[in-house]
Amino acid sequence: MSELKRTPLYDLHVELGAKMVPFAGYEMPVQYPLGVMKEHLHTRAKAGLFDVSHMGQVIVPGEGAAEAFEALVPVSLMGLKEGRQRYAMFTDENGGILDDLMVANRGDHLFVVVNAACKEDDIAHMRAHLESVEELTDRALLALQGPAAEGVLEALVPGTAKMRFMDVGVYHWNGAELWISRSGYTGEDGYEISVPADRAVEFARKLLADGAVEPIGLGARDSLRLEAGLCLYGHDIDTTTTPVEGNIAWAIQKVRRKGGEREGGFPGADRILSELENGPSRLRLGLRPEGRAPMREGVEIFAEAEGGDPIGRVTSGGFGPSIEAPMAMAYLPAETLEGTTVYGEVRGKRLPAKVVSMPFRPATYKR
Amino acid sequence: MKFTEDHEWLKTEGDVVIVGITEHASEQLGDVVFVELPDVGDTVEKGDEICVIESVKAASDILAPLGGEIVEINEDLADNPGLVNEDPLGKAWFFKMKLTDASALDGFMDEAAYKDFIG
Repeated sequence: MSELKRTPLYDLHVELGAKMVPFAGYEMPVQYPLGVMKEHLHTRAKAGLFDVSHMGQVIVPGEGAAEAFEALVPVSLMGLKEGRQRYAMFTDENGGILDDLMVANRGDHLFVVVNAACKEDDIAHMRAHLESVEELTDRALLALQGPAAEGVLEALVPGTAKMRFMDVGVYHWNGAELWISRSGYTGEDGYEISVPADRAVEFARKLLADGAVEPIGLGARDSLRLEAGLCLYGHDIDTTTTPVEGNIAWAIQKVRRKGGEREGGFPGADRILSELENGPSRLRLGLRPEGRAPMREGVEIFAEAEGGDPIGRVTSGGFGPSIEAPMAMAYLPAETLEGTTVYGEVRGKRLPAKVVSMPFRPATYKR
Repeated sequence: MKFTEDHEWLKTEGDVVIVGITEHASEQLGDVVFVELPDVGDTVEKGDEICVIESVKAASDILAPLGGEIVEINEDLADNPGLVNEDPLGKAWFFKMKLTDASALDGFMDEAAYKDFIG
């Protein structure tokens, strides 16, 4: 295995007492002394600071970038206004998902954020199809999430409180250029902040100096996003799932669908457009296990308490500290109705779980 | 109190042994969210997986430290699994068992030896 990389905040994590683990080729903090449960609850009550510098930050320059980029994603980017961001996914020829990503229209270029584990492949994929693709290696990425995020950031970077969910903008803090979006991966209101690598520690310390802010590790990041019903690439969506099966078809605007002005024209369009019309055979759905035992990734789901073949499998699952109950996502036959009781086989026992809509906990975005 | 290499503690109370997990184990597990206990009356062999502990991170097992019969379980853990983090050596005992061979206890570590063991 090749040597693990470190983000610009590595020393700060260690200083804060983080437990560091390998993740997507990086040494990342999985938790701080507060622990996963309290970090999760703190983020929902006040504000959490996350280091997400392992993610890929990419610039696609040029007036024609949005049009060219539409050849890679089923999302309308020509319809994305300047100063706005959208969720998207790279699809392959079979309609599978190569990665999910955020794309922002910054006027003369697109700013793209991709998953750490996929970034090399994503960049090669973009380079193969786009004229110019610049990977940024001199910027860190922080996320400040939770109800106190707005007040904390506004005090340091005036003007950011006015942003709405999915707005993006360039701001300045003590001579450092910050690229800020009002978005995140927790279901909370909050911001994602791209900061020059050589100013990242200073800026993170400034945020942490506010009594409302605690550093949050990957453990709580996972339980927060799970409660918010958000997909984790490589688990809940991958090349074997389409955006329609993955229940993220809301990200595909009408203009790219059948009968739309820019119908299709992305990899796997045949299958994806057909699934949008006729429905997929399976769907990523939420599960609320009865009792307290979590149903984790890999747990097989059955229609009956005894006998029969599995009808699906859990792709992410765990315990939700805010909902104080276990929760899971699973692919199930698309016709499965909300409220249906299914059974997850945990340690040889079939335990009942209710099919529910997601998120498990409502989001608190400032729209 | 005696300790096993699987980070359990054993406390003798008359002819019964009380079993729980150590502070070290509870710290390693992280926040415990679910505990599954054996049934009273179960006969277990040394090494049997008889309890499941789920934390926010993962699931792990408690193995029977010795052979015997389960005579009591701590029902409080089902409703309040967080006790395992709050008071692992006290309120968060898991079960009580009657040993098939009471002398088997002698082979386990005392507190000093356990402290050395976890470094």
